[in-house]
Amino acid sequence: MTPLDSLPLWLAAPVAALLVIGSTLTVLGAFGLAHLRSFYDRIHAPTLGTSWGTAAILLASILAYSWVQERLVVHEIVVGICVMVTTPVTTMLIGRAALHRDRKEGAAGVPPSRRARGGAAKG
Amino acid sequence: MTSATLLWIALTYAQTMLAIAGCLATWRMWKGPRAQDRVLALDCLYITTMLLFFVTGMRLDTPFFFEASLVIAIGGFVSSLALAKFLLRGEVIE
Amino acid sequence: MSRFLPHPLLSLGLVFVWLLLTRFSLGHLILGTVIAGFAGWAFARIEPDRPRIRAYLPLVRLALVVGLDIIRSNWAVALLMLTNGRHGARNSAFVEIPLRLRDPVGLSLLAMIVTATPGTAWLEYDAETGVLLLHVFDMIETDDWPALICGRYEARLLEAFEE
Repeated sequence: MTPLDSLPLWLAAPVAALLVIGSTLTVLGAFGLAHLRSFYDRIHAPTLGTSWGTAAILLASILAYSWVQERLVVHEIVVGICVMVTTPVTTMLIGRAALHRDRKEGAAGVPPSRRARGGAAKG
Repeated sequence: MTSATLLWIALTYAQTMLAIAGCLATWRMWKGPRAQDRVLALDCLYITTMLLFFVTGMRLDTPFFFEASLVIAIGGFVSSLALAKFLLRGEVIE
Repeated sequence: MSRFLPHPLLSLGLVFVWLLLTRFSLGHLILGTVIAGFAGWAFARIEPDRPRIRAYLPLVRLALVVGLDIIRSNWAVALLMLTNGRHGARNSAFVEIPLRLRDPVGLSLLAMIVTATPGTAWLEYDAETGVLLLHVFDMIETDDWPALICGRYEARLLEAFEE
């Protein structure tokens, strides 16, 4: 028996729904990561998990624990802020690394660099 | 259906789905084919593990999993960043 | 003010995070404020320029628009995953978008928006010409995307940071 069992049904239903939505979005993202053909398609897949996948699960936790502890529990927001701020940085850098490597190898289907290298890439 | 059963079903479903997501990301990391795919898969694996820890913490009702998931989120960010930087230039610190 | 609190927004954010991570009490408020002030002062040594925000109202409106867009594109991309990309009919493409925005904080906000929205990925930005290279997961019309990014997001960021 956990304290979560004391939730009333009207609150347990949205918490359960948010948990299901969040985990489903994350697994769809991971499925896309495993399934899609090209790298530039695959880079879109994990953003499902990092946007509403994370947000839904954090919201579920906020709702549930605010009821259990009888005060507003919002420390989950820190994880949300952390994920929201850090994911674009990693995604951009991985994307740029892939672009750089593909251009260096002269792979087909990659747009050419707009300028010669040097002074670049700091943006 | 009581709320305890409803939450039990939702938490079990979430844990199962997140575990499957972790397996899929691991498969992509194993399979490659190129280094950037592996780094992307590692980043995805970090996020999935963080969410799995979070849901497990909700089920077991301990605050330690929250701390662990925060550490995973930050550690994952730094390691993915270092790996991507390495792919970009061939060295981590310029 | 600017001598003691070189980065007021950063310090305020740090106090907020400190209070979220600990129980709210007067002691933690004082300790967090001291640490945040010190951190802002230390950060001024790394980055002396503070972000200049001209207007806050466009940012609030932008946040609402982005929140709705993220929900909508989550749904769209999840559907695409489930239907195997409309049964093979989905095309992805690179799009080049010339931006007027030059403010670094505005650009980083735009990067966050573009990347947090599933279906678009920010790949490269050329600081000299201001051209952004975007990868779009589900490409339907070629000319749609520059207008969408500029009209929906960039215009509001320009209002907030530059004009």
